[in-house]
Amino acid sequence: MTVLERGAARVAGRPALRGRRASVVWRPRYVLVLTVGIAALVIGMAVNVGRGEYPISILEVLAVLFGGGDSGQQFIILELRLPRSLTGALVGGALAVSGAITQAIARNPLASPDMIGLTAGASAAAVFVIVIGGGFGVLGGFLAAAGLPVAALLGGLLTATLIYALAWRRGVHGFRLVLVGIGLQAMLLAVVHWLLVVAEVFEAARAYVWLNGSLNARGWEHVVPVAIALAVLLPAAFLLAHVLGALQYGDDTARGLGVPVNRARSLLLLVAVGLASVATACAGPIAFVALVSPQIAQRLVGGARPPIGMSLVVGAALTVIADLIARTAFGGTELPVGIVTAVLGAPYLLYLLARYGREARA
Amino acid sequence: MKASLTYGVCVLTTAAPAPPIGGLRRRRLAGLAVLAAVLLACCVASVAVGAKAIPLDGIWHAVFTPTGTENDIVVRALRAPRTLLGVLAGGALGLAGALIQGHTRNPLADPGILGVNNGAAFFVVIGIYVFGVTSLFGYVWFAFAGALVASVIVFTLGSVGRGGPTPVTLALAGAAVAAMLAALTSAVVLIDVQTLDAYRFWAVGSLAGREAEIAGQVQWFLLAGALIGFASAPALNALSLGDDVARSLGHSVRRTRVLGIVAITLLAGSATAACGPIAFVGLVVPHIVRSFTGPDYRWLLPASALAGAALLLLADVIGRIVVRPGELQVGIVLALIGGPFFVWLVRRRKMVAI
Repeated sequence: MTVLERGAARVAGRPALRGRRASVVWRPRYVLVLTVGIAALVIGMAVNVGRGEYPISILEVLAVLFGGGDSGQQFIILELRLPRSLTGALVGGALAVSGAITQAIARNPLASPDMIGLTAGASAAAVFVIVIGGGFGVLGGFLAAAGLPVAALLGGLLTATLIYALAWRRGVHGFRLVLVGIGLQAMLLAVVHWLLVVAEVFEAARAYVWLNGSLNARGWEHVVPVAIALAVLLPAAFLLAHVLGALQYGDDTARGLGVPVNRARSLLLLVAVGLASVATACAGPIAFVALVSPQIAQRLVGGARPPIGMSLVVGAALTVIADLIARTAFGGTELPVGIVTAVLGAPYLLYLLARYGREARA
Repeated sequence: MKASLTYGVCVLTTAAPAPPIGGLRRRRLAGLAVLAAVLLACCVASVAVGAKAIPLDGIWHAVFTPTGTENDIVVRALRAPRTLLGVLAGGALGLAGALIQGHTRNPLADPGILGVNNGAAFFVVIGIYVFGVTSLFGYVWFAFAGALVASVIVFTLGSVGRGGPTPVTLALAGAAVAAMLAALTSAVVLIDVQTLDAYRFWAVGSLAGREAEIAGQVQWFLLAGALIGFASAPALNALSLGDDVARSLGHSVRRTRVLGIVAITLLAGSATAACGPIAFVGLVVPHIVRSFTGPDYRWLLPASALAGAALLLLADVIGRIVVRPGELQVGIVLALIGGPFFVWLVRRRKMVAI
């Protein structure tokens, strides 16, 4: 085995860095693309922080970040725009990593963590809090006291658990999981529609903004939970990710290579669900980021499966730039960021489809 | 998504050993008769139940010897047209569901997969926002046009590959176009609160307040769709053996599929135009019906139409009872009843895959 590894790793221009139990291959392209991606993210965030009703130049933004600037600028940047931008970057990154893991596990470029009902559950809970508030007995009081993000988090996780449990019959069958998901999601969607009909029109509008995935009025209280989730789950994702390569060959081969397939897959799925649900709780269901970012990342750096680190950067940059467009491109109206990502992401899905069709026939 | 689709396509049914032909035929006829009886019962219930309950002899009186009493007016002006609309829309959705599941060979397909609902929604929103339309009557043509445009786009995009439209490319194109249209719809209603206020009532799907004239507007499209749909049953039977086998049996796969899409669009488009988006009828009904008709589309299609009409009426009646004196919209009732039923169906036994 060691001999084989040595022989395989010796590719021109790709020296391997070896520790006792792990090894990393030095890949110049990955590092280069990653650097460019991070640069794009930072510039995107700087522009996003600078633009708005009260424009601030990038240099002034930097000055404020390093402790300078007048108090007005400090307030606008540190209290209003920076947390929003940071929330966008973190949420986008979390969604993208979650998508990368799901797609690698499912060996399917169209998989996303939505499939198990996170979005539907979170949406129903969030709209419930917005429309009914505390006025619906014990449940309503509890949800309202917990606050919108916590309610959304609970709703999403509860739905995912319920779907998983209902689909369980001596093991979970992928097809049954999808079908049960369809049934439950239709019910939750009906609840959302009903709530939208009974609501006052301005509450309905607020609910609609949330349903589309929005970064409006996100502050530090939103940054912190996503940051904590990423700080805990991202290292876990990196630690677990080395088995993803083996899983690509199919379950039997992976087992033959010594990977505990079921355990590895459940743990990875848990990480993906955790990231996606925290992100959705903070910013609502932002469309297509989880689906598209890993695919873009994979095309940028090459390789057989979506790379986790690069997906993180692409997802963050994509969300920040989409938010910049949603915030500034439509005059006085701020659209939810999810509308922009959907309008940008849907054509990409079509492109994937065209490519896919060709490959399937070739 | 893809995995589940292809899975649905490849799984073979392991049904119980087929009964002798005579027994099968008797079972199918009995099934159709039961469905027709259920539909009749639902019609009677739909006329009788409501804010003012009407006894059976009152219904008889209103239908056959009307003299202008209060009951007669309620039945003839309100309940009967609403029931008729329910029968038409439910039948159309059930039939469209069976057709789309046959054409995509995907047991998860429903007419919404062609983007019909999202297309109709987007055009309705444009109608409200740009043209200031505010009546249900005015929405009909916008919704119908939107449904047509969306399904033409989906079909075109799904056919760009060399092999023409295949079940998988159609489903994916439908998902992408639906997402795009939903985002555009959201953008418009978020720019203008008044539009949102009108749109959200259309978006739940309901039979209330959309009576005689609306059914009259779409009935010819519906009829045309139903005729094309029923006529395509033998070709669908061949298609369910796979494109290659159907071709070698002498069927033009492309023509069958184009005709099928036309029929589905006409049926689902007019139902959506008349009642707003109604989910679940097209998805669930063919599964229920398949349990006694088997996979033969010559039986499956009419049975789906009957069962769809009965289901929609039943849900409408339930919606009138549960939150008296108000009403729960039929689209919501359907999802709340249909969801658990669907989950139960999935858990109880193997889905009959196509």
